[in-house]
Amino acid sequence: MNKLKLVLVGNGMAGVRALEELLKLAPDLYDITVFGAEPYPNYNRILLSPVLAGEQTVEQIILNPLSWYAENGITLHTGKTVVEINRVKRIVRADDGTEAAYDRLLLATGSNPFILPVPGKDLEGVIAYRDIKDTETMIETAKRYKHAVVIGGGLLGLEAANGLKLRGMDVTVVHIMPWLMERQLDETAGKLLQKSLQDRGLHFRIGAQTAALLGNEQGRVRAVQFKDGSEIPADLVVMAAGIRPNTELAEKAGIYCKRGIVVTDTMQTVTDPRIYALGECAAHRGVAYGLVAPLFEQGKVAANHLAQFGIGRYTGSAVSTKLKVTGIDLFSAGEFMGGEGCEDIVLSDPFSGVYKRLVIKDNKLLGACLYGDTVDGSWYFKLLREGRSVGDIRDKLMFGESHLGDTGHQGQSKAATMADSDEVCGCNGVCKGTIVKAIKDKGLFTLEDVRKHTKASASCGSCTGLVEQILMFTAGGDYSATPKKKAMCGCTDVSHQEVRDAIRDEHLLTIAEVQAKLGWRTPNGCSSCRPALNYYLISTWPHEAKDDPQSRFINERAHANIQKDGTFSVVPRMWGGETSAAELRRIADAVDKYKIPTVKVTGGQRIDLLGVKKEDLHNVWRDIGMPSGHAYAKGLRTVKTCVGSEWCRFGTQDSTGMGKKLERATWRMYAPHKVKFGVSGCPRNCAEAGIKDVGIIGVDSGWEMYVAGNGGIKTEVAQFLVKLKTEEEVLEYTGAFIQLYREEGWYLERTVHYVSRVGLDHVKKRILDDPEGRKALWERLQFALQGEPDPWFEADKARVDTRQFIPIVPVEVRQGEPA
Amino acid sequence: MNVQKEWTAVCAVDDIPVLGARQVRRPDGVNVALFRTASGAVRALLDRCPHKGGPLSQGIVFGESVACPLHNWTIRLDDGQAQAPDAGCTPVFAVKVEGGQVYLRRDQLLAPIPALAAANCDGAACASAEAP
Repeated sequence: MNKLKLVLVGNGMAGVRALEELLKLAPDLYDITVFGAEPYPNYNRILLSPVLAGEQTVEQIILNPLSWYAENGITLHTGKTVVEINRVKRIVRADDGTEAAYDRLLLATGSNPFILPVPGKDLEGVIAYRDIKDTETMIETAKRYKHAVVIGGGLLGLEAANGLKLRGMDVTVVHIMPWLMERQLDETAGKLLQKSLQDRGLHFRIGAQTAALLGNEQGRVRAVQFKDGSEIPADLVVMAAGIRPNTELAEKAGIYCKRGIVVTDTMQTVTDPRIYALGECAAHRGVAYGLVAPLFEQGKVAANHLAQFGIGRYTGSAVSTKLKVTGIDLFSAGEFMGGEGCEDIVLSDPFSGVYKRLVIKDNKLLGACLYGDTVDGSWYFKLLREGRSVGDIRDKLMFGESHLGDTGHQGQSKAATMADSDEVCGCNGVCKGTIVKAIKDKGLFTLEDVRKHTKASASCGSCTGLVEQILMFTAGGDYSATPKKKAMCGCTDVSHQEVRDAIRDEHLLTIAEVQAKLGWRTPNGCSSCRPALNYYLISTWPHEAKDDPQSRFINERAHANIQKDGTFSVVPRMWGGETSAAELRRIADAVDKYKIPTVKVTGGQRIDLLGVKKEDLHNVWRDIGMPSGHAYAKGLRTVKTCVGSEWCRFGTQDSTGMGKKLERATWRMYAPHKVKFGVSGCPRNCAEAGIKDVGIIGVDSGWEMYVAGNGGIKTEVAQFLVKLKTEEEVLEYTGAFIQLYREEGWYLERTVHYVSRVGLDHVKKRILDDPEGRKALWERLQFALQGEPDPWFEADKARVDTRQFIPIVPVEVRQGEPA
Repeated sequence: MNVQKEWTAVCAVDDIPVLGARQVRRPDGVNVALFRTASGAVRALLDRCPHKGGPLSQGIVFGESVACPLHNWTIRLDDGQAQAPDAGCTPVFAVKVEGGQVYLRRDQLLAPIPALAAANCDGAACASAEAP
């Protein structure tokens, strides 16, 4: 069968990224030809500024070396500009006469710099700032000349100015607007930025309008003249006054263009469905994006359609900005200028050079402008994209996400100030230098890539914010800009929420049904999606959907925790942390009989037997004769209690009794992630209820209920939900909250993350304001747990495959073993 | 020396759960992991992840791969290779299925690990080449 022909015009980041995505999906569908006007393979255009500043070399910013094109069988024409598209014959022709036929055409022609229409614009020494050639011209000029003028005080202009200054030139930035980067910063932040750049020796002509560029006898620029008649010397003029989508080729071919090549949500041009356009040249819903993150999202969608899957839709991107001038921290996103009906929260500390402005409208974050301290930029950007209500965290909003301790990296929260040898990922022992090197050497762009290659942030995830910052600094741009909707895993494009909705709405009962209905690309999923699907099915349709043990992680399949040497640990349940002489005796006997090497008291007031061989598990459970503690499960672990009023002279309530009742009512419950409760008998809170998923604290007049605490990766204090009078109320409210989490939580999302996603107001609405709904939730939990077996003692009913506990011993091996 | 090529029956295909695994004991204590894929194929690897020695038989089986239960490395069932960007491999055992019975080769079952690694893997990349 003849392959289809795909031609890419524009060998830049957007187009090549789309090809990479396409090759992942359908490596053999197309014969691919690429035309690029520049004489280089695809490089990271965003990193031209670090090249200019002397921090990186051209070689280091190459993303796809020539070998990549060869390995993927791509025909590459560099240094050839396509000048004609013949849509009837479906052929493109380059300026040197090279032709290529296409079945599908991908236009990624990028943009052209806007050149001010002033006299002298064609003089020697007047350039734009767009590609490697411009960068090299600047580097060369800096060696021989003194005075540089940059026209345009936007992102690109300031980066050029900074680079030229570092190359030893005397630089003046001419900016017609009243402050720098007016499209990204408000006036205060813009002025702070100007001051900081002035301290570095840059000069500014703010509000000045360029009238003409004056030349010398040799035809080289010598000065810039302003409307008011004044002049400044200039041996080099860099025009950085904006970009325009490069639509010339498309327009000539009769493709509809308006502020860019107009495309639909599938990235196809509205004129010719065989022709796709993406990147800076494309106008989607009236917007042509000039930043990288949106281009990547567009690339995914275009690839999906080119691969004939036909399910992706691009619906636009929220964008954020970061200036790549080493040592200057600046971040902005959304509508940071505010306006009608908006409220501002402002923090201004001019002495330490910190300024933050958050714009809120209708309880939602609308924009953010940060200067001097941008640690929380990605958090604000996430809140902004998700559009969730911030009413319940408004008082904490300005202080960011990182004001509470993330553990595992020495309390560091600013990646830029870390040394290369500082450990970023405490789980996998990955230093900053290792991450930076991987990003540079392997051309990584996304958090996911960094996780795969370095393992940083791949375990507990607490260092994700740091890794994202390092990615921003090293790769440039904002690569943390994950799309609003995140695919569940590589097997699919649908999100966790879409899967949950489909299972409920379409009454799906098996993993195979879900995968078929939602178009899974893999035959039977992967180790990441299968456990999630299994949980969604059994939590949505209890007693109806059947548990699939082979889709569970080993701990939940063997009902014990796997240890690093392949042995297991056993944690029997001790209701509310209470035990007895008889239980302890049985445990002690089992430890002796099965030669269990370690016996440890857990943080959840139980006893952990570590180093049990898998084939002994069944016998250990039987000998101990205590219920499963589910210490291995994404589900209810422990209910930690203090001794309470029965013994304690300060106790106001019977916390142990309350804890035991709670535990008996909710044990055997599976959940999106592990769940821990705590019950304290007085506000001294010896059971540490303030960092539990649900914490109950006894006071003289009843019980206070707190939710969504976490004592793990991110220490998070539980938030007060309600004051209750009776034990029955505690059971009902706790059960309802946890059932809400079971129904709405995404797999592997702890209650703290679930509540921060949906907002505490949502929880209050469902649990406090809606008594009927609360009772229904509590009843649904009780229904789900009805007759739920103890997997240690009712293996059949719990669908435990007991064959796993019996190793196969071939006859030759048995003969060799001692009798 | 035809003993070398002899097959030995270890279990029935149905003794292995679909998308699951069983452990077959070897003399030196490092098991063989027997896998059964969704299509019914039976594969056998040394039950030791090239990363930190995790028991692959305890992992989640999907497609032609298994995810190690310790740190989620993905190992291919047909050639024992770790999925890029991770690098490493674990020895593969020959499997014969006949009349619903699963057979392993006697010489491989009894061979020391370095010999298995030398015969099966690209020696340099194979962590198992070193004796345990």
